[in-house]
Amino acid sequence: MGLSKSGVLAAVLITGALLGGFHPAFADDEDEKDRAARWKQLQESIFPHREVLDSGGIITVDAPPRALDAALVPVELQMPSGKPVKGVYLIIDDNPAPMAAHFVFGPKADPRDLKFRVRVNAYTNIHAIAETADGQLHAASRFVKAAGGCSAPAGSDEAAAMADMGRMKLRLLGNFNAGKPMQAQLMIRHPNFNGMQMNQITRFYTPARFIRTIDATYDGGQVFHLDADISLSTDPVITFGFVPHGKGQMKVVAQDSSNATFDHSFDVPGG
Amino acid sequence: MAEPAQPFKTDEVAPGIHFRRGIDEDATPANNGAIANIGFIVGRETVAVMDPGGSLSDGQRLRATIRKTTNLPIRYVVMSHVHPDHIFGAGAFVEDKPQFVGHALLPNALAQRGEYYRTHLEQILGPGKAGPVIAPTLLVKDQSQIDLGGRALDITAHANAHTDSDLTILDHQTGTLLLSDLLFVERVPSLDGSLKGWLAELAKLKTVGARRAVPGHGPTGVDWPSASRDLERYLGTLQRETRQAIAKGVDIAQAAKTVALSERDKWKLFDDYNGHNVTRAYKELEWD
Repeated sequence: MGLSKSGVLAAVLITGALLGGFHPAFADDEDEKDRAARWKQLQESIFPHREVLDSGGIITVDAPPRALDAALVPVELQMPSGKPVKGVYLIIDDNPAPMAAHFVFGPKADPRDLKFRVRVNAYTNIHAIAETADGQLHAASRFVKAAGGCSAPAGSDEAAAMADMGRMKLRLLGNFNAGKPMQAQLMIRHPNFNGMQMNQITRFYTPARFIRTIDATYDGGQVFHLDADISLSTDPVITFGFVPHGKGQMKVVAQDSSNATFDHSFDVPGG
Repeated sequence: MAEPAQPFKTDEVAPGIHFRRGIDEDATPANNGAIANIGFIVGRETVAVMDPGGSLSDGQRLRATIRKTTNLPIRYVVMSHVHPDHIFGAGAFVEDKPQFVGHALLPNALAQRGEYYRTHLEQILGPGKAGPVIAPTLLVKDQSQIDLGGRALDITAHANAHTDSDLTILDHQTGTLLLSDLLFVERVPSLDGSLKGWLAELAKLKTVGARRAVPGHGPTGVDWPSASRDLERYLGTLQRETRQAIAKGVDIAQAAKTVALSERDKWKLFDDYNGHNVTRAYKELEWD
């Protein structure tokens, strides 16, 4: 299975947000065994004929056990071992399109710490799979209680969201030291419509339109390539590591599912 | 046969304005969703309700309470915003054939969320206990006025604030503002619209010349505008500290655990809502 677009139109749900004295309490109706079966099935379809090993200290995944906002669940992946990692898969087992992201590290990347914000549609396991340079797969998982995140409206003003689409910000976090890894946060304005949100005016479902790929290069060398799907939150924000050598340019090219391309170059100031 | 709904105790916060204090909890089978301040205004000829309540039976009890007070017809049922703790009692008033009054954006908000709220309120309260989703029949954009007979009420539709469908009422006769969830007292506010918008709408509401206000949660009657102080301090702290977190590169997950903690002992249910409010605020402010 590749990164498939979901044609599923779910019932109109809204974020698991806590609203003026109202906690949506979701029945936890899928037991452990069903979740294990679900994961087995996903694993076989995403990584056919391959063994998926335990995390083995290669990867950890962190997310709030109970989401504060189901349409914006922060997920952090850490690969602290220093063992060379080719890429990482983020899989939200019970989302309509489980494969949320496949992140491939380039030569300029520092793969130790990655952050995403995702939509979570139902109580689910989130799996993070690291693919090491020698081709092994290591899985870590985390159970998250959240519901309705996929059909939460992207924002109350769709027209404004479209007008601002493609605006980007890059924030460098921490201190610059040439040759030393540093973290950067990439923000892209994009409603990331997933086909499950209703237009507030027409009350039809807004057609899916979401960021499909992002490529970041630093002075011509690849930092990362991302294949994404409908599970990234509105206005995707990705925090990643890279290794700057001095004053340079970070170039970001994003393409959405309507083949619109957005690009931006950011100055990385030297030390 | 179900027993007839029992009236509940209300406070007359100003002459002819009666409100029931909601309890500071989330909806449970024990409280039956009666967690928001709800009430009614009696004019010379008709009665207006704001809000109809947090469940069908909460609305039925409000109706029984009105009927104990006056036999005048219930002509208006104002639904202050989309949240279920305020509007699911509306079904109790259908037999009165009132105008159901809502913000111009309320139909859209209900189209998106109404059925979801109903299903999950039923999960909490039990089958058949939530009440139907009632669509507004009279929409307010900007401002309009209704008259209860010698008693004119200004109804204002606000910009995105607590939610994107907030209505408030100003009763000229007594100088009383019915603010619903644009004002929280004692119970921690919940942010589901725009932080900057809410602060801006509050600033405007402080200048309308009312002396008393009825919050959506907390005591039924408070002095205005002084009762806005705690809310403004909370929202101001939320805004300031979220901006500081963003500026320092503190991520959204960490910010949700650290922002506005100085407010923790000042509000009921703080831990249930603050992290969500920070997430909302962060998402809004990080693009500034």
